[in-house]
Order: sequence, then C-alpha cells, then structure tokens
Amino acid sequence: MSEAVVEVRDLEAGYEPGVPIVRGASITVGKGEIVVVLGPNGAGKSSLIKAIAGLVPITGGTVLLDGKDITAAPAHTMVRLGLAFVPQTENIFPLMSVEDNLKVACGIIERREIPARIEEMYAAFPDLVRQRRTTAGNLSGGQRQMLAVARALIVHPKVLVLDEPSAGLSPKFVAMVFEMLAGIRKSGVTILLVEQNAKAALAIGDRAYVLVEGKDRHEGIASELWNDPVVAELYLGQRSRRTGGAA
Amino acid sequence: MSLQFVVDGLLAGSMIGLGAIGVTLTYSILRFSNFAHGDFMAWGTYATLAVVGAIGAMFGKIAPIAPLSFGWPLIVALILGVALTGLLALLLDFVLFARLRAKGQAIIVVMASFGASMALRSLLEFVFTSRPTYFSRAIQIAMPVGFGIRITPDQIALLLLTSVLVLGVHLLMTRTQTGRSMQALSQNAALARIVGIDVASVVRFTWIIGGALACIAGVMIGILIQIRPFMGFDMLLPMFAAAILGGIGSVPGAVLGGLIIGLAEAGAVQLIGAEWRAAVSFIILMAVLFVRPIGLFGVRER
Amino acid sequence: MDLLGYGAFFLTTALIFSLVTLGLNLQWGLTGLFNVGLAGFVAIGAYTSALLTTPDDAARLGGFGLPILIGWLGAMIVGGVAAALTGIATLRLKSDYLAITTFGVAVIVQLVALNAQKLTGGPFGIGFIPRPFGSLAETPLLFNLSNLAVVSAVTLIAYLALEHLSRSPWGRVLKALREDERAAISLGKSARFYRVQAFAVGGAIMALAGALQAHFTGFIAPDNYLPILTFQVWVMLIVGGSGSNLGAVVGSILVWAIWVGSGTLTSVLFPPEQQARAASLQIVAIGVMLCIILLLRPNGLFGDRPLHVRFGKQAKVVAGESSPGS
Repeated sequence: MSEAVVEVRDLEAGYEPGVPIVRGASITVGKGEIVVVLGPNGAGKSSLIKAIAGLVPITGGTVLLDGKDITAAPAHTMVRLGLAFVPQTENIFPLMSVEDNLKVACGIIERREIPARIEEMYAAFPDLVRQRRTTAGNLSGGQRQMLAVARALIVHPKVLVLDEPSAGLSPKFVAMVFEMLAGIRKSGVTILLVEQNAKAALAIGDRAYVLVEGKDRHEGIASELWNDPVVAELYLGQRSRRTGGAA
Repeated sequence: MSLQFVVDGLLAGSMIGLGAIGVTLTYSILRFSNFAHGDFMAWGTYATLAVVGAIGAMFGKIAPIAPLSFGWPLIVALILGVALTGLLALLLDFVLFARLRAKGQAIIVVMASFGASMALRSLLEFVFTSRPTYFSRAIQIAMPVGFGIRITPDQIALLLLTSVLVLGVHLLMTRTQTGRSMQALSQNAALARIVGIDVASVVRFTWIIGGALACIAGVMIGILIQIRPFMGFDMLLPMFAAAILGGIGSVPGAVLGGLIIGLAEAGAVQLIGAEWRAAVSFIILMAVLFVRPIGLFGVRER
Repeated sequence: MDLLGYGAFFLTTALIFSLVTLGLNLQWGLTGLFNVGLAGFVAIGAYTSALLTTPDDAARLGGFGLPILIGWLGAMIVGGVAAALTGIATLRLKSDYLAITTFGVAVIVQLVALNAQKLTGGPFGIGFIPRPFGSLAETPLLFNLSNLAVVSAVTLIAYLALEHLSRSPWGRVLKALREDERAAISLGKSARFYRVQAFAVGGAIMALAGALQAHFTGFIAPDNYLPILTFQVWVMLIVGGSGSNLGAVVGSILVWAIWVGSGTLTSVLFPPEQQARAASLQIVAIGVMLCIILLLRPNGLFGDRPLHVRFGKQAKVVAGESSPGS
C-alpha cells in the first residue's frame, strides 16, 4: 500500500449522543486504491462513510485526509478539502437540468474554468451530453447515478466516496456502474465505497474491510476475500442470524 | 365595467408579487411560512420614511423629479431602507429563527414568526403611532391613455421598477451560482451541503433578498396609497395566497400569482365594493387548495 | 366586597380565555394542528349565539329570541362546522397551509363582521344579548359571582371532557399523529379524519367560549376579535405548556393577570394621550415574551412535548424532505 489518502482511526459516530452506530472503526485508503467496505445490514457501513463526509456527528476518533485532520470539518467544506461524496439515494437535484446539476457543484472552481470542467465530464460520460437540458428527475436510474458521480468528480477530488452505488439498479446498470468506477480509478482517483453487492464490488476493489456492529472486523485483499471463511462467518453468519429474528 | 381596474390590478399585483417572492423563497429554502414578512414591509417603509425625513432636515426642501411626486431623497432613502430591512431580517433570523430551526420543529418557527410579527408591528405603532402618513401629499394628475384608463407618472415608474426587479430576481435565480445554490438548497438540503454549498450563507442571502423586496413593495404602497403600521400585516394574506397560487418556491409563480390576485381584487372592488377586497385572496387561496394545491408552477407537494 | 366583585369579574374573563386555550390545546397541544385564526372561530361562536338569542331587530337578520342554551349549542355547531371545513381543505397538506388558511378565516370573519351589516350589525356590533342572570344585574356582586359560577362550570366540564378524551384511544391516536406529521399525511383518509375531528371539536370549544363571552358582556363588536386575541391565547397556551389541559387553564389565568396588570400599570404611568402608544408597547412585551419562552422553555409550565427533537430524527427529516413522490 502506498501513502494513505484517507485514514480513519477508532471512529465513533452516531445521530444521538450515547448511542454510537459506528463504534471504533479504523480503515485506511491508499492513493489510487479502490477500497470496499462490506458488512451485514445495519453494521454501520453507511454511517461510517457519512461520518467521514461530515454528515453524521463524530463522537470519537479521527479522520485524516492526506494527513490533514478533517474530523471536525463541516460537510460543505469537504469538496474543498478534496473529498467528494455520492449518497446512495437522492443524489441529484431532481428539478434542475443535468447541466445545472453539474454547475451547482462548481462552487469551488474558478469561474473561467467551469465550462472546460463541464465539457470534461461530458467527454467522460457521453450519455449525459444528450441529456444536458433534461430535468434531472426524468433521467433513468443508471443515468442518475452517472450524473451523481460526474457531479462529484467535477471538482477533481482526491478521493471519491460512494454509498452503495449499485443499490436499486437493474443488473445491466450495476455492471455499468462498476465498469465506470474501474475507469475512474484508472484516471488516478482514489475510491472508497460501501456495497451490498459484495461480489461485484470485490471484483473491482483492491482491498476490503468487513464491518460488523460498527467496528472493522476483518481486512484483506479484495480478490481473496470472497472465498475467505472468516468473511463468510462474519458476513453470512450474521445475516442468517438476522433473518432468524435477532434485532 | 371600466378597464381602469387593469392598471389598479397590475399595481396592486406588483406589490403583492414583490412581497410574495420573499414569502416563497423563505418557504422553499427555510421551510416555514414567515408571518413577519408583512412587517418587514412596514419596517422598510418607515425606515425609508425616516431617512427621507433626515435628508429633508439636512438639505432642506428638494424639488421632485418632474413629473414624479418624489425626488432623489426618496431614491437614496429607498436604497438605505432596503439595506436596513435586509439587516432587520438577518437580525431576526440570528436572534430567533435560526435558534428555533436548530431545534428542528418547523411549526414552532412559524409560531415565533407570528409573535415577532405582533411585536414588530406594535413597536412601529409605539414609535410612529397608528396614524397614516405619506411620502408626499401632492396630488398627481392621472393621464388618460385610452380605453377609459388613466395612469399617473408615479404608477408608470413603479410598474417599470417592478418589471426590472422581477427580471433581475429571475436571472439571479437561474443564471448565477448563488441562485443555483438557492434552488439546490430548496430541493435537497443534505445534498446541497455535500456538493459544497454553505447553507448558512445561502440562508443569509435569502433573507436579504426577501427583506429588500419587501421594503420596495412597502415603499410602493407608501407612494401610491399610505403608510400605516398595519400596511404589511394587511398584505400578508394576499402574499401567501399569491405564493401558493404560483406554486411554492417559484419566483415567476409568485409574481404571476400576485398579478392574478391584484387584478381579481381590483375587479372585485369595481363590481362588489372596496370593503370586500380582502375576501378575494381568501377565495382564491381556498380554490387553489381544493383544486391544485401545488399551484400553477409548483412541482409537487412537499 | 368591591375587590371580591372585581376578583370574580377577572376570573370569569380569565376562565373564558381558558376555554379558548383548551380548544387550542386540543388542536395544537394534542394534535399538532396550527391555528393562527382562532379569533375567527371565537367570533363565529359569539355572533351565532347573539343572532340566535337576541330579540327581534328590524335593522338586521334575526334575532330569534331563542333560549341561551340553544344559542350556545348553535355556536358550537357553527364553529365546529367552520373548523371542520378548514380542516378538510388543508389537512392533506403540510401544516403551513393550515396556518395560512386559519389566518385567512380570521381575516374573513373580521371582514364579514365589519361589512355584513344585515347579519352582524357592522362596526357597531350587536347589543342586548341576553345575560344568564340579567335579573341580578342590580346587585353587581351577586351578578358577577353567578356569572363566575356558570363559566367555571362550563370550563370544568370542558376540562374534564378533554382530559378524558386525551386519555382515550382517540387521544392516543391524535398524539401519535402529532409526533409524525409525515405519517399523519401518508396514512391517508383515516388519519386525516381523526385530525379533522380534533380540529372541529377544538373550533366548537372556541366558539362556545365566544358565546359565553358575548352573553357575559351583553354586547359584541368586530373589535373584540382582532389578531391580538389569537396572539394572547397562543401565549397563554405556550406559557402553560402545550399538551397539558391544566397548563392551558393555569397559563390563561397567569397571562391574563400579567396582561391586566401591565395594562393597569401603563394607565397609571402614562398620560391619557399616550395611552394608545403605551398599549402597543404592552403587545411588544408580550410578543417578546412568547419568543423568549419558545427559545428557552418550549414546554412551558406543564407541557408534555419532548424538549429537544432527537438529532437523528431531524437529520432524517431534512434528508427526506425531497424524496420523490412523497
């Protein structure tokens, strides 16, 4: 692993004081890596990356971005610091045109440079060019996800953080989304993502963490994790117990 | 029926529409109906009146710009009044609304705005008494322009001013980064933060715009009708009705809603009598709520 | 003895306010329905009862000279129906629409009271409203005490009925709906019906209070039902603590005492020509008081609402605000 872009140490976070959802998670994302966070439902995966992005109050531990402490940074300063987040749902502005969705994310970019950045995104996501005047709420699920990712990338972030980018998409689009992420990594962007679709995510990921009950319980090389018995125990075991009725 | 109601209606509609822009922006961005918005109008007008008085005291009597009823002091005073009203809105947000918003119960904020409205209005009554007052007591001659319509130079000037302001606000909302940020915040506050929008600064900007337009609408009422502490409170129902008729969050909708209500009021005054004017907004409001609660340009009920 | 008479008079007025506040507590405290036009519903009750019970008057419609109790019943029915209609129009929408509509109702009622001379007597109002113990008017003390007895009895009945209602399954449903407006809207017709019922009963109680007041003073005019009345009752409920019927009654008496006391104070401190201005300062003070209580002690004296909304719930509301198709 090369130098760390994101380093999370003993993170505790939750919406209510005294009720942490993330309970001492530590993960590291190296430069140029794709790191996947897996885990059973309710493990706190989503809260973990939302806490990193400044959206869930952090009650303990630290988050470093490129060595800089961003634990207390408000959510709206994250893009300036180099972290772009793509939420799982409601990740576009539905009543704005595709182009305005891109423009509204350009607050930190110098005015003269904005048209070039937008063209850059259109070049990377040709599907969006044809829809540039379309109201974003009318896009298909896959196109929405593409727009959300383009909107995050337009600020040239150091790290792209995604919350279940394949959720709710048809299998055809799922493949497309992961292909897109692999392509983005090739262009040099570091990626941290949470996924339910473990198989597809591990196929493109470099390393992965398994999060259980708000804590990282296992870490490994992505390609090896799928067959790792510990993962099966943590992940699938937990899941079967869950269906057995435990809260 | 004389066509004069068209001019009267457009003028009333301009005042309602300018006020309704503020109401609709506050509602879509801060998510509460601000019952103190009418009192921003009255405060802005009295602030302008006070500055006009101060200028008069410093420079003596200044001739109006022919053929208008007012001179440069009113224009300067209006600019200052706009700034002061914006400040008042910011101050009220700082001491009251922002703190209650942080607690997360939107309807408590509405109630606080009701209390603030009462306090602000009564404070005006205390300082300026409830007697009506005027920017100018000069009577303007209305010029006939055909079809039985008469219009004064002041009225023409204010209709032009309204058009310029409405166009300006529309361009601001659709063509600038600030405007897009406001739209973004009204559609999805959490995502707005994620894409790097500083919610606090957009909220401040919203108050300033709302306060400024309220002040201008109030001064228009002051020039064309009269200045009273209740002038803004009496505009509240028409403004809310216009904002809902146009579709909450829509600037063009608020203006169009204002014009429709203004014209309907002016028509009703001719047909039924001036004393029933206030009923028009209510009837239109009820009709909208029953038939199409999202309004003319609304997208969906949120 | 004079003091006793005044005490009875004061308490009668305060208890009539309590009745309005109890109605508002059912609407807002228990069900979370925001009514900024309650002065309108009080006025509807007052005018209805006056119309039904006054002797025939050639200058306007009615009066029908009916018994006072019929007048009160009529007031409750008309007030309840008006509130139900308001609720039906707005309760499928967000709470702000109800607020704006009730505000409009108050404006319209005021307009009708002022302008529909044939119905309401216009700006001069309606006089000769029969008083329950009119024959006792010669001995003011006895008159005041008997009025107090009637008003106390009505308030007590309303109080006990509302206490019972709020503990009943019906009241529990209302409370549950209050906690989650989103659910209340999405649950559809049945939930909306519950809320309309609560709003109508609240409106009927307010109208009854208006009727009581009318028969207590014997004379009504549009000026009695200005927005300041709405405002006073809101302050009473917030001070007492929304959600608590006891709070509604205590808050009303307390705030009315403050109001009367500060009124007396201004009349002593300010020369007659400044009285009107001083009165507006009194309103400023009460307005500021409302805001400060909302900021510092949103539960008032006896309120049952959670002091702070949980952070998580709030965050979800913000995030969920733009969910498609909601």
